[in-house]
Amino acid sequence: MMISGAEIVIRCLQEEKVEYVFGYPGGSVLHIYDALFKQDQVKHILVRHEQAAVHAADAFSRSSQRVGVALVTSGPGVTNTVTGIATAYMDSIPMVVICGQVPTQYIGQDAFQECDTVGITRPCVKHNFLVKDVKDLALTIKKAFHIAATGRPGPVVVDVPKDITAQMCEFDYPKTVQMRSYNPVVKGHLGQIKKAVQILQEAKRPIIYTGGGVILSDAAEKLTQLARKLNFPVTNTLMGLGGYPATDRQFVGMLGMHGTFEANNAMHYADVILAIGARFDDRVIGNPDHFGSEKRRVIHIDIDPSSISKRVKVDVPIVGNVTDVLDEILKLLDGGFKTDPEVADWWKQIDEWRGRDSLRYKQGEHIMPQYVVEKLYEVTGGDAFITSDVGQHQMFAAQYYKFDKPRRWINSGGLGTMGVGLPYGMGVLLANPGAQVACVTGEGSIQMCIQEMSTCKQYELPVKIINLNNGMLGMVRQWQEMFYSKRYSQSYVTSLPDFVKLAEAYGHVGMRIEKPEDVEPALRKAFTEHKNDLVFMDFIIDPGANVFPMVAAGKGLTEMILAEDL
Amino acid sequence: MRHIISILIENESGALSRVAGLFSARGYNIDTLTVAPTEDPSLSRMTILTRGSDEVLEQITKQLNKLVDVVKVVDLSEAAHVERELMLIKVRATGKDREEMKRMADIFRGRIIDVTESTYVIELTGASSKLDSFIAALDAGLILETVRTGVCGIGRGDRILKV
Repeated sequence: MMISGAEIVIRCLQEEKVEYVFGYPGGSVLHIYDALFKQDQVKHILVRHEQAAVHAADAFSRSSQRVGVALVTSGPGVTNTVTGIATAYMDSIPMVVICGQVPTQYIGQDAFQECDTVGITRPCVKHNFLVKDVKDLALTIKKAFHIAATGRPGPVVVDVPKDITAQMCEFDYPKTVQMRSYNPVVKGHLGQIKKAVQILQEAKRPIIYTGGGVILSDAAEKLTQLARKLNFPVTNTLMGLGGYPATDRQFVGMLGMHGTFEANNAMHYADVILAIGARFDDRVIGNPDHFGSEKRRVIHIDIDPSSISKRVKVDVPIVGNVTDVLDEILKLLDGGFKTDPEVADWWKQIDEWRGRDSLRYKQGEHIMPQYVVEKLYEVTGGDAFITSDVGQHQMFAAQYYKFDKPRRWINSGGLGTMGVGLPYGMGVLLANPGAQVACVTGEGSIQMCIQEMSTCKQYELPVKIINLNNGMLGMVRQWQEMFYSKRYSQSYVTSLPDFVKLAEAYGHVGMRIEKPEDVEPALRKAFTEHKNDLVFMDFIIDPGANVFPMVAAGKGLTEMILAEDL
Repeated sequence: MRHIISILIENESGALSRVAGLFSARGYNIDTLTVAPTEDPSLSRMTILTRGSDEVLEQITKQLNKLVDVVKVVDLSEAAHVERELMLIKVRATGKDREEMKRMADIFRGRIIDVTESTYVIELTGASSKLDSFIAALDAGLILETVRTGVCGIGRGDRILKV
């Protein structure tokens, strides 16, 4: 039977078992929206700005194991998605974005709402396609889902001209797809894995350093087994939080620019680093020369060969899917493995570092942001999905909410995109209905996508917005205070709206919390009495609160500024 | 270090911009780039002359391999290979220079492929250094126009780049 290109798009989504499409209609996608209207298997979430559609689809992916899907129109519809696509790309999030395009014969004519989608998105996608023939449409969408979800995952854009969606064609959805140019490695090289195990056995000051790859590969359980067996300390990157239970004794905290004293020291002085699904980025290792000053051996497991030896020279590269490689390592360890007795001394050293209690802070007259996150952790039983925006609040959430499970910490690590928090909350709730979802944000970030409160009303998405309001762009202010002689250039946010009234105007519940003693009761109320409501909680916090420890730009990992130093 | 990267890539629109975009986005050099379909029209072969340390070259190869359209990548300069570049050069050929130009073209085994009363177009093939030498050997004032294809190369003997 012949069906239209638009119907093919929808049938493909059905075949891929897509539950939700996040999108916004417009001229070039009208045929697709019409096809969407005629069925009810694929549900559509109408956002208020295309950027939010991509962020929500991204979070849908992050918080589940499914590929998020967004649907937007040509021109401005596409350009509005670019930030969201780049965000997903930097964090390797599988996502398919279907974009309308002007009819084929108008391409290149500067037509109304035309833009070079493939050209604009090329540097921030894993791959993109322009469909030029309706006969290629189904196969292209199949390829898009395949490419997005396999290997090192990432966003894929499919650009579909309007005339293609009107043309008729037989529909035949391929079950599998073969591409001679795309065959990602899965299994690690056994010889390399054996070498790695040998080095692990010789390690005296080891550390397991893991990133987002553990989460993406669903390898958290395997990682825990491995760490327990080895009795090595574990540190996570910002993207890796939840990959290892934060409440476990072997966990030394997040590392990097705002990592714990023990994590950064352990990383720096380790004689063997087992890096898993992490990429030694600049926020993690600080000054590369300083980091390189210690002699050590590095084992690096990553599915992307280009992540290996990019910034830090690696002794044993293992290219493969983290879960599969960890599986092989565990099998080898079963054959008899002894952790070096000197590791016990290493633990003593680590516990000494831990004794510095580098995350200590004082709760005084004003509400401290750390305190809010700690109370949030208590009230939610440590079991909520926490989305965040970007800035001080993001670091506080990462430092003080102890993630024991993977896919619970949803933030923009690589690109550092302000404004993701609220749409991330929407995506998480749709992928995990009924879950507790809190968006830890600040008055700067939240205003970048605040219009999505309207979407939350339409679809009854009870995100709890934890607005850590210090009236300043906190992280910018912190840098200006420390490195620009307190010249606070443009870091004040004046004329803030009344967030309580604003929430109410959108039909939600608003709260303003100004006293430390009100923090916990307000949170309890939000998560019990207002379980099913979106609650905007405007916490007026200490405007001087800073994030510590801090490795300043250009400094080494061990050259941290601690709160106690000030 | 000078390297010649040979790439087999799906012959699809936009393939060239993916490669060129990768080089500019990551700050890699392109000295020359040539591309044309192979005997299998679904594949293009691209040759890029680039410069960089071993670490940079390792990243270039890895990043190229990561492009979904790229089928194979090889650094030709890692082993025995032959490389050629074609140049067309238009020179002034009047008076005593006319005979001199003819002689220079012969010495470099070039061919004169277009003749007017006052100009020659000389076709010259060889390693890039030979083309450079030819230009250096001419009186700069007599060179009217040059066009070069950029390097293309192929492995010697059993070194074959094929799907």
